[in-house]
Parts: sequence; C-alpha cells; structure tokens
Amino acid sequence: MDRLTTGELIPATALPARLLAHFSVPPSVCYQCRKCSAGCPLTFAMDLLPDTVIRLALLGQEETLLRCRTIWVCASCVTCTTRCPNGIDIAGVMDWLKEEALRRGVEGPQPEVATFHRYFLDSIRKGGGRLSETALMQRYTLFQLRRRPNLKELLRQLKLGWELFRRRRLRLFGPPALKGRQEIRAIFQKAGA
Amino acid sequence: MQVSYYPGCSLEGTAADYAASIAAVAPLVGVELVELEDWNCCGASAAHSINHELAVALPGRNLALARQRGLDVVVPCALCFNRLKAAEKEEAQGGREAARRVKIWDLLDFLTQETFLTQVSRRLAKPLTGLKAVAFYGCLSARPPQITDKQDWENPTAMDRLLEALGAEALDWSYKTDCCGAGLAVARPDIIDTLVGRLYERALAAGAECFVVSCQMCQANLDLTQSRISEKAGKRYYLPVLYFTELLGLALGHPEAAGWLARHLVDPRPLLTAKGLW
Repeated sequence: MDRLTTGELIPATALPARLLAHFSVPPSVCYQCRKCSAGCPLTFAMDLLPDTVIRLALLGQEETLLRCRTIWVCASCVTCTTRCPNGIDIAGVMDWLKEEALRRGVEGPQPEVATFHRYFLDSIRKGGGRLSETALMQRYTLFQLRRRPNLKELLRQLKLGWELFRRRRLRLFGPPALKGRQEIRAIFQKAGA
Repeated sequence: MQVSYYPGCSLEGTAADYAASIAAVAPLVGVELVELEDWNCCGASAAHSINHELAVALPGRNLALARQRGLDVVVPCALCFNRLKAAEKEEAQGGREAARRVKIWDLLDFLTQETFLTQVSRRLAKPLTGLKAVAFYGCLSARPPQITDKQDWENPTAMDRLLEALGAEALDWSYKTDCCGAGLAVARPDIIDTLVGRLYERALAAGAECFVVSCQMCQANLDLTQSRISEKAGKRYYLPVLYFTELLGLALGHPEAAGWLARHLVDPRPLLTAKGLW
C-alpha cells in the first residue's frame, strides 16, 4: 500500500482541541515511540501508519485524516491501544475519526466498510433490537453488486449461504420481537442513528 | 450454579453450532445458564466504529437487565463481552456506578476456572490423546486489559490448560492473540486472505492439526474462508476450527457432539477419525 504524503503541514487547532477533550488520556502525550505501528497487523493495507495518524491529529491535519484509508481498514483489534506505553487509546482515535468523517459527509476511499457498519446498525434498528445476519448480508450483497457486478463473487456468496443453510446456521426469519423494542427505538433516536 | 447467559446475535444464526455445544456442555459441569430475558444486540464493531453513543447505550441496556436479574453474566462472544465491559467502564467513569454489581464473564474464563478443570479431568470419557492443536484466542476477549480486566492479554493460557486437561496436546505458538480481521470479513475479504493465510501457515509450522477457538467470529473467519484461501494460495489447507466447548463435550462423551462437528465447513470428522477419537 502506498503511503500518503503529508504535504505542507500547517498546524491547525480545531481538530486537536476536540480530540483531546474526548479522551481521558490525551493523545498529546504521544512521544512517538511507534510501538503502535510496530505491532499493528493491518499496516500492509494502510496508507498512513497508526503513529502518523496520531501525529497528524495533533497537528490538526483533518483533510488528510478524514480522507485516509487507514481509519477504515483498522480492524479494531486494539493491539495499539493495549501496548501504548502512554496509555493512548489509538484504536479509539481511529473510531473517533471514522465517526467524524461520516458526520461531515466525507467520502473516503473505503466506502464499503462504512456502508457495512451503517447497514448493520439499520438492521438492529429495523429488527427491533437484534441483528438479522441474513438481512444484513442480503442488503450488503446487493449494494456490492450495484457498484461492481461480479458474477463469480455472487455465486460464491450464494454457495456459502447454501452451505450454512443446510447446516441449520442460517436464520431465514428475523429476530424475535423484543418487549423492549420501544426502548431500543428511543436509544437509536437519541443517538441519531 | 446459576448464571445469566448473554448469547449475542450470531449464536442465534451462523453460530448456532456454538450455541448448541454450550447449551449441552454447561450442565455437564453443573452450570445452569439462564438466558438474559429480552437481551438486545451490543452494537458490535458497527456501533463503536461510527456511533459512540450507541456503542455504550446498547450494551448498557443489557447491563441494566443483568443487574435486575442479579446473577453474574457469562458471554461466549468476544466482541459482545468486550462491549458489555466497555459500557460498564464508561458508566463508572461517568460516575454512574451501579448500586448492584454483577460480574461479566468471558465464557472461556468462566469454564476454565480451577474447580471446573479439576472436575473435567476426573471425568474424561474419551481423552483427546494425540490431538495436536493450537489455541487461538483472538483479540477482544483479552484486549485492551483496561476494559477486559484480564491479566494475561499477551499470552493467555486458559484454553491451553483446558486442552491439556482434556488430554490433547496444546502447542506453543506466537499467534494466539493475533487479529484474524473478522470485522472486515465482508467489506474487505482480500485483507482476510492475508491475515488468516498467515495464521494457517504459522499453525502448520507449529505442528498443529487444528485450531481451537472460543470466539464465533474467529471460527467463522478461519473456517468459512478456508476453501477460498486455499484456492488463492494454490494450497490445500485442512485445518478444522473447533470450539473449545465442542472438544469439552467430545471428551466428556456427550452423545450430541457429532451433530455440532458436522456443522462446520471444514469437516473435523476425518481428523478425529484418524486420531481414533471418533
């Protein structure tokens, strides 16, 4: 994966101020040991290394950060956060940036991941509190087919669906209706999802 | 002994095999799992990635239900476990300490408590002699320790100790807690091919004949993808991915064990037959 260049850096303060306020350990305590990047298993798919994300965040480089691929291919394995000698929640910063990118309507280089997450949450909301894996996969497969029709991939998905079905691992009907579905609806409304 | 049980959404679907083995094995060691009434989805990776508020509120409702019930909660899914713990920590941080506390257990930790291990090793109907396995713990049951309250997040041993108690050989390897990328399995399958392909290679290098897991996302990600990854790598991997509960059931002679094992895509039965464990 090619790494992004950071261009001419003109530090800005808006992003760091909000970022620092969100975390109990402010990412500004980073002393650039790069242990986060050394242990990250996903660097091969990233355009910015995790330590660079932290550095750029502190320098307020929101344009680069909100459009980078790294935040979306981070698998949330939390190895970085776990090993940071200063206790920075690096994986949490990745999440914060993802949410920020969506809030601002930034079209990133990895829309599949954001779409999958959105459909996932939709499925919980529509199902009244529990996820329907089948409904989620159907909707996501249609989304992918519209973007990039790929017969081989579709056949693979259908075959997998069949293999799971005949092993009684595919639930055809939605999740049971919860008694607390009004409560769930209120949670989603409050969170704006 | 009664505990609350939070299965999570995938145990009602693609991980129905895991659910069946858990339900069968718990009573064998004297545990009664009482499913938490009206539980909801924890929001999983989707919520913590794109909606922080939801990522706390959804598991928060489950916590409230569990506290009402007043029993410790046992959770098989690593991600659900992690989200419930995260919600608990965030409540505490916000000064909203619950009046009534319940302990949130990861199923593997719960079932490998010393008392259960001793019980199990005394009652083996079919010791898993000769089975060479690597224990694969994955990410979120242990990481980050600030959330999970675990002591041994870099080198967990619970599953290894269980395998030894069952008579199997738990091989040492360095990839116990490496990420298999399950959260990206749908949106970026190519990334999975790299991450899981590496796990296959390292497991084989350690001399393993199978993986043993406690997380249904790890199971799916190592099992459902094996034919695709084999095809892409031009190899024929045969590495069954077993739940620790299935091996527990098998070793204790549970009559339904065959049924659970038949539900994986990489059929473990040829391996178990070859080992005389079938």
